[in-house]
Amino acid sequence: MAASYRISGAGRFSHAKVAKFSFDGRPYAGIEGDTLASALLANGVHLAGRSFKYHRPRGILSAGAEEPNALVEIRRDAARRTPNVRATVQELYDGLEAASQNRWPSLSFDVGAVNDAFSPLFSAGFYYKTFMWPKTAWKSLYEPKIRAAAGLGVAPDQPDPDHYAARFAHCEVLVLGGGAAGLAAALAAAETGVRVIVVDEQADFGGALRFEAGARIDGQDGWTWAQGVVARLKAMDNVRVLNRTTAFGYYAQNFIGLVERVSDHLAAPGRDLPRERLWQIRAKKVVLATGAIERHMVFADNDRPGIMLVSAARTYLNHYGVAVGRNVGIYTANDSAYAAALDLKKAGVNVAAIVDLRDNPSGELVDQARAANIEIHDGRAVVRVGGKLRVNSMTVQKRTGGGERTLPIDALLMSAGWTPSVHLFSQSRGKVAFNDEVKRFLPGTYAQDCVSVGACNGTDGLAASVDEAYAAGAKAAKEAGGKAAKSAKPKVEASEGWSRGMLGAAPGAGPGTTVKAFVDFQNDVTAKDIRQAVHEGMRSIEHVKRFTTNGMATDQGKTSNMHGLAIAAEELGKPIPQVGLTTFRAPYTPVTFGSIANHARGALFDPTRRTTTHGWAEKHGAVFEDVGQWKRAWYFAKAGEDMHAAVNRECVTVRKTAGLFDASTLGKIEVVGPDAATFMELMYTNPWQKLAPGRCRYGLMLREDGFIYDDGVVGRLAEDRFHVTTTTGGAARVMNQMEDYLQTEFPQLKVWLTSISEQWAVVAVQGPNSRKIIEPLVEGIDLSDEAFPHMSVREGKICGVPTRLFRMSFSGERGFEVNVPADYGEAVWEALWAEGQKHGACAYGTETMHVLRAEKGYIIVGQDTDGTVTVNDAGIDWAIGKKKADFVGMRGMMRPDLVAPGRKQLVGLKTKDPNVVLEEGAQIVADPSQPIPMKMIGHVTSSYWSENCGRSIALGLVAGGREKMGQTLYVPMPDRVIEVEVSGTVFFDEKGERLNG
Amino acid sequence: MLLIRCPYCEEERPELEFRNAGEAHVVRSANMAATSDEDFEKYFFIRSNPKGVIYERWRHIHGCARFFNAVRDTVTDKFVMTYKAGEPKPKKLPGVAK
Repeated sequence: MAASYRISGAGRFSHAKVAKFSFDGRPYAGIEGDTLASALLANGVHLAGRSFKYHRPRGILSAGAEEPNALVEIRRDAARRTPNVRATVQELYDGLEAASQNRWPSLSFDVGAVNDAFSPLFSAGFYYKTFMWPKTAWKSLYEPKIRAAAGLGVAPDQPDPDHYAARFAHCEVLVLGGGAAGLAAALAAAETGVRVIVVDEQADFGGALRFEAGARIDGQDGWTWAQGVVARLKAMDNVRVLNRTTAFGYYAQNFIGLVERVSDHLAAPGRDLPRERLWQIRAKKVVLATGAIERHMVFADNDRPGIMLVSAARTYLNHYGVAVGRNVGIYTANDSAYAAALDLKKAGVNVAAIVDLRDNPSGELVDQARAANIEIHDGRAVVRVGGKLRVNSMTVQKRTGGGERTLPIDALLMSAGWTPSVHLFSQSRGKVAFNDEVKRFLPGTYAQDCVSVGACNGTDGLAASVDEAYAAGAKAAKEAGGKAAKSAKPKVEASEGWSRGMLGAAPGAGPGTTVKAFVDFQNDVTAKDIRQAVHEGMRSIEHVKRFTTNGMATDQGKTSNMHGLAIAAEELGKPIPQVGLTTFRAPYTPVTFGSIANHARGALFDPTRRTTTHGWAEKHGAVFEDVGQWKRAWYFAKAGEDMHAAVNRECVTVRKTAGLFDASTLGKIEVVGPDAATFMELMYTNPWQKLAPGRCRYGLMLREDGFIYDDGVVGRLAEDRFHVTTTTGGAARVMNQMEDYLQTEFPQLKVWLTSISEQWAVVAVQGPNSRKIIEPLVEGIDLSDEAFPHMSVREGKICGVPTRLFRMSFSGERGFEVNVPADYGEAVWEALWAEGQKHGACAYGTETMHVLRAEKGYIIVGQDTDGTVTVNDAGIDWAIGKKKADFVGMRGMMRPDLVAPGRKQLVGLKTKDPNVVLEEGAQIVADPSQPIPMKMIGHVTSSYWSENCGRSIALGLVAGGREKMGQTLYVPMPDRVIEVEVSGTVFFDEKGERLNG
Repeated sequence: MLLIRCPYCEEERPELEFRNAGEAHVVRSANMAATSDEDFEKYFFIRSNPKGVIYERWRHIHGCARFFNAVRDTVTDKFVMTYKAGEPKPKKLPGVAK
């Protein structure tokens, strides 16, 4: 297919290769260097999408990141479907597949467009008003319908197969924006020798020089100069040049987030390239050279395809060599449109007329336009356009009313003036100030070490911008430690004038009119909507914005904010600064989740911690459960066993003979020093001074508020040395609490804390035969009950390697915990397993460990306690050292509410039907026949089937529970009410005889 | 991301290495057992939560692991200064008009 709007000899890619692409299944041809937008326009295609709310046909408004209309889906394959891509940003590659969005069944005939006909129904605040009533309809009717109708593109439904990279970088001067100003600043800074990074969102540097044909710098045309500067910068070792890179967020202390689009423009990216690269740059100085964005004119049906910004049409012509039409109208309120008219005329495009809102516009460009025989209708407005899927006429009327004249056109270019891009400045927490003379918000008070230059600083004219930028770049570099700049600053020999424009609605769309004059294209907000918001009581622009959704689409109101503000201000009869400007927030343009998530997904989302016996457990049928970051063996299923059968077998085997359990995940802290016992007394509720070396004690840790924080067995290895264990999940926070008190409250104590959780692997050997299993392997430790009683610790050797051997039990059976250096963990486990086999021992997992401890009524902090449970609530007052003057939580636990009667206390719960196993978390009531909502007096914290007891067992927190022993309570479930009897917490071997059995 | 100067490491490091640990200069009584309910409430629950300059504790948890104190402006998020644990509340703050 011939690219019929391509102008031969125009543009910068005239010798580029052809790139074939498709749009909605139709094949087209463009050239390499095109954007999707320029390639569509080269084929005469303006209709690119349907609007969000009214489904109105929409064309291409801009040639850059501000595009609100031409949002398409780009498809590479089934998984690589990217919705809401701006056609003006997407570079063309051979084979590109694009599809329009928000239309059914087709772009040119869209059923949803009936919304346009019913638009009086969908006015501002429609959702707030309409869906208020009836209340019940929200969930069943309104929300599902709105959800189905809302949104633009369709999210891909497969995992993202691409990968994303991340880089951190530091520099002295970071220049954001690679137009004339940005390049001048970068050059000045680079020549001082400091590290400079210069960034631009486009494929090529040059900014407005892409279209500004009249610029001449250092004896070259502006564009050529810019490419020369880029080449010079790239050749310098201290400079990094990043194109296709958008600075999306400006964070504290000159920390900037950027996304570099690495391969979205390539036909065959290859697996070695990331799709995008996230840059996080810390800069000493930031130079903002973000330019300005042209505003559209707000008039009736200003959204018809074929109506676009003047600068866009000029970019398509001068950069891409594409004419946006053959008979073009221009509607402007400022001078920059005249240069476009002249360029178009020169390229052989007929300019039907320039309609200028101003009376008697004057100046060099106006004179040139007149000399080129371009009709100028001054003091006039475009009040109407013809054509639906493509503009075909414009109707011109005097600004003050009167006779109309209709001109046929096939494209209409509009310019209401330029809005400085203060987005990043505002994100840096700088305060903008309204300049009443030029009617624009400009950088006012700076909050960070940055400077704005050029158009984003309100500096008009290329020469002034380049001067300002060069000086700012040199100054920033010098302040950051650079030497004086060596070369002369660029000399601007010719440029085009920029002048003011207008804000708000154009004639014909003013107060009292009902036309659809769009302010915000992407969210379908008209001038009338904004006035209506004011009539309905919105006073601040923040309210107007939320009521109308003006500026709330993904384009963040780049073209619409100032118009919306001006219309609201006019309607309120207030000056613009009093109505206020909405806050700019990151990201400047949409950022993919992929670039933010980056490598942190799948297996790399969170570290996985495995114990030394993980491989062994895998080979022996272990099913694992996640405990924090740890993978712990949950149960070891033999062939044909389900979890229930495996756990029953493990539980019985441990009590009958013995079992091996990997307890390595327990937190372990070594507390060492002459004041170690004093410190332990302060950290734990228990007394420690009199604990003899070689003995162990159950330690209970509180927070200062008096609630249980952690627990674990502590062994005293020597007068000045404790081996402290913590819960698996509590290891880090216990260490933190200890360090906190040691460093800040008790710094006088001579104590050193070392985390040893990963240094020692732990094998728990539990059961009546446990001693027989370890005996053949242990050297240097007398294992008799007399020499090594329950709750003791000894140092010696096992399998020839050092061990800290604990005689302790979390099962209620005679038990040992064999600590060995982690490197020997697997080997010692294997040796113990071989011995265990001789006695019919099993390996058991966390589920069996839980059941066995529940049979004994041993609590698990975090399961039977929840941060609101006191020592007394848990029924373990014996763990408090009564004679101690101080410990963390001592005062907190004396607070009135913590000692008040009626608190929830930990009790045992036995179901009347022993075969029924309660659900953990189920609520408990005293009277099941009371009306709903019932008074809940407690809940189930632990519940299991106990094969050893031949019945279900449970622990629960019940208000006044210890006074309710033997009473019947009720657990209401959706299908039935379960009767339970309150009991003691020990279900098995109440006297504890088996610890030495 | 903020840069925070660790007074022990004597250099600025990124916020990711640190963890906030609440308000600073909250004195734990040497005689906790005799502390009245009102005093315990003040000690444990009541925090100044100012708009402006706050004195707070930070820990260089992924660095030297030391706790230290910092002066920060809650409006601008800027750190005014940091100093070692146990040092008194600074009387004069650099760059803060009072």
